[in-house]
Amino acid sequence: MTTRRELLAGAGLAALAAQLPVVALAQAKDSVTIAQTLEPPTLDPTSGAAQAIREVTLQNIFEGLVKVDRTGKIQPCLAESWQIADDNVTYRFKLRQGAKFHDGTPFTAEQVKFSFERAVAADSTNAQRQLFTPIAEITTPDPATVVIKLKQPTANFLFGLAWGDAVIVAPATAASNKTNPVGTGPFKFVRWNRGDRLELARNDGYWGEKPALAKATFRFMSDPQAQVAALRAGDVDAHTNLSAPEAVPQLKADAKLKVTIGGTEGETVLATNNAKPPFDNLKVRQAIAHALDRKTIALGVYGFDVPLIGSHFSPLHPAYVDLTGTYPYDPAKAKALLAEAGFPNGFNCTLKLPPPSYARRSGEIVAALLAQIGINAAIEPLEFPQWLERVFRNKDYDLSIIAHTEPLDIDIYARDGYYFQYKNPEFKALIAKISETLDDGARNELYKQAQRKLAQDAVNGFLFILPKITVVNAALEGMWTDWPLPVTPLAELRWR
Amino acid sequence: MIGYILRRLAALGLTLLAAAVVIFVVLEILPGDPAAVTLGLNAAPEALAALRAEMGLDKPAVLRFLLWLGGLATGDLGQSYTYRVPVLQLIAERMAVTLPLALMAIALATAIGIPLGMLAASRHGRLTDAGVMAFAQAGLAIPNFWFGLLLVLVFAVGLGWLPAGGFPGWQAGIGVSLKALLMPALALALPQAAIIARVTRSSMLDTLQEDFVRTARAKGLSEGTTMRRHALRNALIPVVTILGLQFSVLIAGAIIIENVFALPGLGRLVFQAIAQHDLIVVKDLVMLFAGLAILINFAVELLYGLIDPRLRQS
Repeated sequence: MTTRRELLAGAGLAALAAQLPVVALAQAKDSVTIAQTLEPPTLDPTSGAAQAIREVTLQNIFEGLVKVDRTGKIQPCLAESWQIADDNVTYRFKLRQGAKFHDGTPFTAEQVKFSFERAVAADSTNAQRQLFTPIAEITTPDPATVVIKLKQPTANFLFGLAWGDAVIVAPATAASNKTNPVGTGPFKFVRWNRGDRLELARNDGYWGEKPALAKATFRFMSDPQAQVAALRAGDVDAHTNLSAPEAVPQLKADAKLKVTIGGTEGETVLATNNAKPPFDNLKVRQAIAHALDRKTIALGVYGFDVPLIGSHFSPLHPAYVDLTGTYPYDPAKAKALLAEAGFPNGFNCTLKLPPPSYARRSGEIVAALLAQIGINAAIEPLEFPQWLERVFRNKDYDLSIIAHTEPLDIDIYARDGYYFQYKNPEFKALIAKISETLDDGARNELYKQAQRKLAQDAVNGFLFILPKITVVNAALEGMWTDWPLPVTPLAELRWR
Repeated sequence: MIGYILRRLAALGLTLLAAAVVIFVVLEILPGDPAAVTLGLNAAPEALAALRAEMGLDKPAVLRFLLWLGGLATGDLGQSYTYRVPVLQLIAERMAVTLPLALMAIALATAIGIPLGMLAASRHGRLTDAGVMAFAQAGLAIPNFWFGLLLVLVFAVGLGWLPAGGFPGWQAGIGVSLKALLMPALALALPQAAIIARVTRSSMLDTLQEDFVRTARAKGLSEGTTMRRHALRNALIPVVTILGLQFSVLIAGAIIIENVFALPGLGRLVFQAIAQHDLIVVKDLVMLFAGLAILINFAVELLYGLIDPRLRQS
């Protein structure tokens, strides 16, 4: 009877699994489970560009001298206060007393010096090394004071110190932060089940206000259907940025959940190779701009309204000007401009698309809109590494669609060799002037000029801002609805 | 026999080497720089160079190939470009999900498929038979990821009995872990169960025609005992063969199912490694799968040699 017994063993296993005691899934009120789409490759924000690293670690495990609040304003963090001397290049930071790393190491000026010198060193693998290159010298007159001298006035230096790339790490643990992060933040690392979840616990020795939650778990779910199912089943209490926009109406109808559509710093553009004919012709670029019906594109991608842009700037910033009317949707005018440029019958080109669904979806619509004015754009889907190699590095492209998610990154248009290949000395001078202007009001005026310049030159097709689709359990309060920086500060969450 | 084994072993070594060359060359041709993927759009050239050196990508291709081969031979699979931990550790972590998932799926498929096949054979030509065959047809036709989504809708979203996806980790307890694997295993098992039911049914029908079955009936055994004791044992041989063949299909299915259920298994690892250009992980995993297939083939050839002496000569 062995055969029968084997069969029974198999059936018994299934029955056993089905009858296991149901473990209570009810949320205790001091823990939270938050889903996000991408998993961080490592847990060290100073050694990789992945946004997912910042989303889980910044302001939770790691902290910088300053931080950005939910409105995008710079706030004190590990630096209690700071003064900028009249020379505009000397920053004097007064450091927080009593702050400690999770392993008990006291936080002092030495670690600030170490962190920034490490970021700018020759063998640094910091993804935003340019934030630190303005630094001329770092001195530590006493353990609670850091003085940073810059080579030249750099208006956004302080803002950069709020980024994940500028968090303060300790010399003893810097190398192992990738897998076992040790910071000064309100939450400390507990466990990382790669591919599934990251568990954090409240840091009871935190220098600041004690967080309401004792435990937090990040779950990583890339499949849009899995995200929706987990939210509806109550497996997770929130999703920081849902990748299934088509599920928004369904989730909005669920009384247990709250859905908000917020803004980010992700300017989504129809990147255009400005050095390659016929795109080097302003009239051709203007024709493309007139052909892009932004509202239709955004609706087609998301199914609801998202902020539209007419230049490379996020509406979250106070210096934003609405330039969507610079070249309004007008296919007839677009055709006329093409004819003036010498292409009465249009032309053929390629549209290379990276994997994110916003790019693939808007790519289809953009190609259809361009076809209306005679431009036949052949879609070429690329994996991200190939996109980086061919489009971004080798500039082997005509058109592409990508969101530039770094905050305040209008300066990329002034960079030599950047893949848009926009060469405009006037714009470069403007960006240089912005960097030297420390007065907010004057700088914002210059930012407005820069936005107008890019819009008029139709450098790229400016489409829309990536929305942040936040879904939270209706009883959970404090989740950020906008992303001036992509972070999810757990210390601000509490259960009602 | 010894000569035969030696010849086969030499062939095995050459096949593995050829597989390694093909895998390395194909991934080498693939455009894209792992360092650029890690450091993103703002990366400084110096930072990229430093990271490439850290990843060992600054060495010439031939040297990297030899280092990789040497590593494979000594059990050092290198460091993941993305996760920056040893690949061996990654594979071990993921194996702890994929292996139980595959075993559970096979157990479920057998537990469902064999009784159904027996039932259909014993009611040959009747309504029950037609019903089982309809189930088998549906099981083969329904894509397992879609069936998985249906299961989630019913048991996770609707009834709330099971988690919609994810894996708490074995340290969280065997009960919750098995619960997390139940729906994905069921989704994986459905097409397997359908195939097993069909094979069991036809194999059983053949066996029931045999003389020894008639003898068993003639000596007065009940129909049930005849089926279980005499017919099933003989009918199972083709079923076991099919189970072995289906194992690779199961692994391929696991890649999709692990993504639907957000399970951190080998399938998801290889999927993510390709997307993130973590080429060392892709190389090692493809080599692992290829090596397994080659080794199984080798074992089968040895068995043939044992069975058929003529094969040892050639």
